[in-house]
Amino acid sequence: MAYLDFKGISKAYPGVQALSDVTFSVDKGAVHGLMGENGAGKSTLIRILSGDQAADSGTIAIDGHSQSFTSVSDAFKAGVVVIHQELQLVPELTVAENLWLGRFPSRAGIIDRKTLIGTVGAKLREIGIDVDPAVKVASLSLGARQMVEIAKAVMLEARVIALDEPTSSLSSRESEILFALIDRLKAKGTVILYVSHRLDEIFRICDSLTVLRDGKVAAHHADIALTERPEIISEMVGREISNIWGWRQRPIGDTRLNVEGLCGAHLPNPIEFSVSQGEIVGFFGLIGAGRSEMARLMYGADQRRQGSVTIDGAAVKADNPKASIEAGMVLCPEDRKFEGIIQGRSIRENITVSTRRHFSPFGLIRPKKETSVAEHYIAKLKVRTPSANQDIVNLSGGNQQKVILGRWLSEEGVKVLVIDEPTRGIDVGAKSEIYEILYGLAAEGMAIVVISSELPEVMGISDRILVMCGGRIVTEVGRPDFDERAILAAALPDHASAASHSSGTIR
Amino acid sequence: MNSLKKILLGEQGLVVIFVVAFAVVALAVPNFLTERNMLGLLQSVVTIGIVACTMMFCLASRDFDLSVGSTVAFSGMVAVMASNMTGSIVTGLLAALACGAFVGFVNGIVIAKFRINALITTLATMQIVRGLALIASDGRAVGINDPSFYQIALSRLLGVPTPIWIMALLFVIFGFVLNRTVFGKNTLAIGGNPEASRLAGVNVVRMRIWIFALQGLVCAVAGILLASRITSGQPNAATGLELSVISACVLGGVSLAGGRAAMSGVIVGVLIMGIAENVMNLLNIQAFYQYVVRGLILLIAVLLDNLRSSSANRK
Repeated sequence: MAYLDFKGISKAYPGVQALSDVTFSVDKGAVHGLMGENGAGKSTLIRILSGDQAADSGTIAIDGHSQSFTSVSDAFKAGVVVIHQELQLVPELTVAENLWLGRFPSRAGIIDRKTLIGTVGAKLREIGIDVDPAVKVASLSLGARQMVEIAKAVMLEARVIALDEPTSSLSSRESEILFALIDRLKAKGTVILYVSHRLDEIFRICDSLTVLRDGKVAAHHADIALTERPEIISEMVGREISNIWGWRQRPIGDTRLNVEGLCGAHLPNPIEFSVSQGEIVGFFGLIGAGRSEMARLMYGADQRRQGSVTIDGAAVKADNPKASIEAGMVLCPEDRKFEGIIQGRSIRENITVSTRRHFSPFGLIRPKKETSVAEHYIAKLKVRTPSANQDIVNLSGGNQQKVILGRWLSEEGVKVLVIDEPTRGIDVGAKSEIYEILYGLAAEGMAIVVISSELPEVMGISDRILVMCGGRIVTEVGRPDFDERAILAAALPDHASAASHSSGTIR
Repeated sequence: MNSLKKILLGEQGLVVIFVVAFAVVALAVPNFLTERNMLGLLQSVVTIGIVACTMMFCLASRDFDLSVGSTVAFSGMVAVMASNMTGSIVTGLLAALACGAFVGFVNGIVIAKFRINALITTLATMQIVRGLALIASDGRAVGINDPSFYQIALSRLLGVPTPIWIMALLFVIFGFVLNRTVFGKNTLAIGGNPEASRLAGVNVVRMRIWIFALQGLVCAVAGILLASRITSGQPNAATGLELSVISACVLGGVSLAGGRAAMSGVIVGVLIMGIAENVMNLLNIQAFYQYVVRGLILLIAVLLDNLRSSSANRK
């Protein structure tokens, strides 16, 4: 009997249809898996379920009653609790205090500590969580905190609990404890919606599964026991390759960028690869695979622990971005808003922020020169704006990305372009324009590193793909051998660890 | 109503407020619009005006400096004591400038290099430097031996006292630096988005150190002029200056969130502070009330800043 029912859920963001007509249901006391590539719409669906965002159309029904959440507390009242990857606990409060937060049992404003600790202790015992209610959350391991978060959901008498990648930071032992807890909740009739990239876990604990792709339901498996793994992978991928990429053969020259033994605080395993003149190398991996960390390390944005980066044989003394720029390497960062654009400043200044040192004798800016440089790149990259003096925050994502590209094209002697998520949040038309710009730069001999979470994009524009997983480069594939399934499979964590015992493609 | 809002929160909103306020005051307050009073008014804002030049850079790069009042007093003290000791005013002035720049440099190193919060760091140096001024003078005012020291503040050019000229000159210089030099633009870029600026090759650490060192140097200029005007080194001079200066900057449209600043706004902000005080003096309002008014002006300035940035975000 269907207990949790999604009916025709649709949601659009500017430029993206995140979900369209998503319909599926989950039975009482079932653990239901939700899988899909990055950007398939899992997070959006979870956000709508949590009451954090409203769907454009469609309804969620619980036990036959359709719900309309306008806030997270509405969802709580209906018995729906979503547990996000970033846990929502106050570290400096005790476990018991966290569980009662917002509705402390009190008399005349004085907290009734006996009830506070007692009820929590009883509840934790009831669901089999071995945590002392009187200790501070800060002193607990990540696994234990996850348990506390679930206990919080149980305290709220949640009938539906959604877990978003709950094991991403847990050890395997902690994961087992979590799975045992999920089994107990299931026995009590709680509906669990389990979002994960890890096929092993999905098969271990889920009863049924829905696969999302491009915001639509790609497949529904009512009984996971009757499902094969390769089936799921092709359902996650199975999209037709459209022709917005426009890739074409280019002459590829000598080695331009060479990275050896690169490692840093967030990337303990040494990374090695090289990129030639005129070559576009794509880095694919799931979120957290270490691609952006690698880019930042290479560029000197984060402190390099070991390893060397050379451009045309000359070592880059990359302890800061400025040194990298002077050596000919530039980075278009992953997060445009926090690392890319300079808010409140004009397009002109955003383009010339790095390059203006070249045409400013004694540090004096020549405004005419600055404007002409900016206008040149605005025209060349087709940035849609009424004027170079427009504040950059008023531009669309695609035009902001072009401005950041313009920042680097105007710089002298760029040999290596690293571009992280080149088209995130950018509409299809602007995407093609950005790809064309990249092909043009490669044709001029630039070595280009593209990092993307969108597999079709990486496959569409790269000459070669390096797949990262768990902070390592696990596979390298040349364009003739591109295969969506193999690449995605290599990027999935449990698959990679299984493959490392048998496959010869691992370096 | 809407168009009024647009004018008040727009680019020129402050200038409009200023012009209206000036006209009202000129008509309503006797003796306000006289040459004597105008020069007096400008004299009274010299310290705030000079320090506001570099405070503008500090705030525009998302930093904060509470130590300016102490640095002004300390460097004034140094100017007087070093002049007395060496018998050379030039040496005294150079010593004061060096000391001011050094205090700023230390602020900059601690804040930018060791990544300590600017508020805490300058709260500490504010007390340390004030303490040094008190120790050096044993808590008493130190008189000036060579009377030509007074001439710095007393001398006039075209009938206008030198300190006012110096303030005007610094307004021009720092207005130019902000708008027309890589230094100024990088300051605004850092305030707009520090991480993006760093990734774009701006040496953020070095820039911040420079900004603080410059702030210290300019405080020393203000300190010298103040010591000359009050004809002594006063260890308790310029208390609370930091708040007046920050108020003037914020009132002048410098965003506390960084990235937005204009010299014209700061000048107007400084003048508004000066006029408020001047008018209260002319109207014989007790000094105690002036604290309330100054506080209210600061509050209004922050509210305006908030409204302005939220209306900018909605665009």
